[in-house]
Amino acid sequence: MYRSLVLPLVLASFTAGATAPAPPAPRPDSKAIQGEVPKTSEERLEVPPPPFSEGIFPCSGCHESMKPNRTRRTLVDFHDDIVLKHDAEHRWCLDCHDADDRDSLHLASGERVSFEESYRLCGQCHGEKLRDWKAGIHGRRTGDWNGHKKYLLCAHCHNPHQPHFKPLAPKAAPLPPVRPGQKRGTTR
Amino acid sequence: MSCGMDGDLDLRAGLTRRGLLTGAAGAAATFILTACGPKRLYEAPKEQLKKAVADLEKEYKERTGVDVSVADTPPIPGVVFAYALDISRCVGCRRCVYACVDENNQSRDPQIHWIKVLSMNKEDGVDLTHSDPYYQPATVPEEGRFYMPVACQQCRNAPCTKVCPTGATWTEKDGIVVVDYDWCIGCRYCMAACPYGARHFNWAEPEIPKAEINPKTHVLGNRPRRAGVVEKCTFCIQRVRNGRYPACVEVCPTGSRKFGNLLDPESEIRYIIEHKRVLVLKEELNTMPKFFYFYGT
Repeated sequence: MYRSLVLPLVLASFTAGATAPAPPAPRPDSKAIQGEVPKTSEERLEVPPPPFSEGIFPCSGCHESMKPNRTRRTLVDFHDDIVLKHDAEHRWCLDCHDADDRDSLHLASGERVSFEESYRLCGQCHGEKLRDWKAGIHGRRTGDWNGHKKYLLCAHCHNPHQPHFKPLAPKAAPLPPVRPGQKRGTTR
Repeated sequence: MSCGMDGDLDLRAGLTRRGLLTGAAGAAATFILTACGPKRLYEAPKEQLKKAVADLEKEYKERTGVDVSVADTPPIPGVVFAYALDISRCVGCRRCVYACVDENNQSRDPQIHWIKVLSMNKEDGVDLTHSDPYYQPATVPEEGRFYMPVACQQCRNAPCTKVCPTGATWTEKDGIVVVDYDWCIGCRYCMAACPYGARHFNWAEPEIPKAEINPKTHVLGNRPRRAGVVEKCTFCIQRVRNGRYPACVEVCPTGSRKFGNLLDPESEIRYIIEHKRVLVLKEELNTMPKFFYFYGT
């Protein structure tokens, strides 16, 4: 009896969550401990579209007619520009990309996740980063401090194949102070 | 001894008649002068503030040729702003410095930067004395260095507001330390009192190219300044009182900068204070900053 009541309630909360404009960031610590939160829709956060290279998506555009080759190898014909510097020793393409559904990724469990939800894939190893990201501590956030906050996907800042944050050119250094009558760039 | 006695007697005699009358007249005159004269912005009545703001808009239009709007948005009840900066993530790219300059109408020449990014040796830890603000390598972060941007720490126990002889600087209800540029006489006592070098003086008439003036200003924040007044970071008062993030938070490419309401237990700031290793600059001075540095890793 109790169970039959709960299911529609949970479903209703899913649909409500999908239509609401700003799903609040879930408090990961408390909810994870209590184990109340369903794993899928509730955790889906509003993110901008993933940063694909131009013309690369959908992957099925090319891959649909190709038979998946599951042998680990160095790619030569295509995607040979991708250099994996992300624990390359232990992993290759199909550890994250799904061979059967080319437009998806998959978790270690085999569960398929879309590119919009790729943070779940990253969070399998980088759990503490995922926790901080959901709380708004890791990563860049824009929007309002008291209202609608916008997230970015991990891949917006970290190239998944080479995740180390790229060095930047710094903006100009401040000018050192100048005494009245002194010419800039001189000591007198 | 007798002299003193005589003096006392004279004084008492004076108090009874003429002294009392002149004293009362003087007090009345002072009251009338203060009631009708110009007000500091925090004590000005609403209508007077509205008029002051309208006058400022007119003045700026004449001076700069740009339609500058001057807001007087009040503090939001139940909000005290606080800031957190992840020193394990900051790469020292100085994007924040220039976003701040653009947003807050800081003088380009002579140059004023409210944010100073200090480069420090990782092995030495936070060492302000040997830090370098003038680093300019081809790319950042440099090997073995870390970066610490420093701006106003928005102290709860702010030394700068205590030394001001004219009452031109004070702490607002939402915790932002502000300056009234019309009451600042440029004595720079506050700059001497500030242990963080966070206050900046307009040594000459500030120069900003007309196209770069930010026309959205707040009366206690980024409105155009004159020569001879002190200015400082206001957490982008013109943005945050409307719910937005400060300009430096939005621009930071590494997401090192965090901002929110200290009184809201669900805010990012509170999460950081409760879960991360947090430090404040020069804690021993008891200034009680609302600007926290933390290690996100």
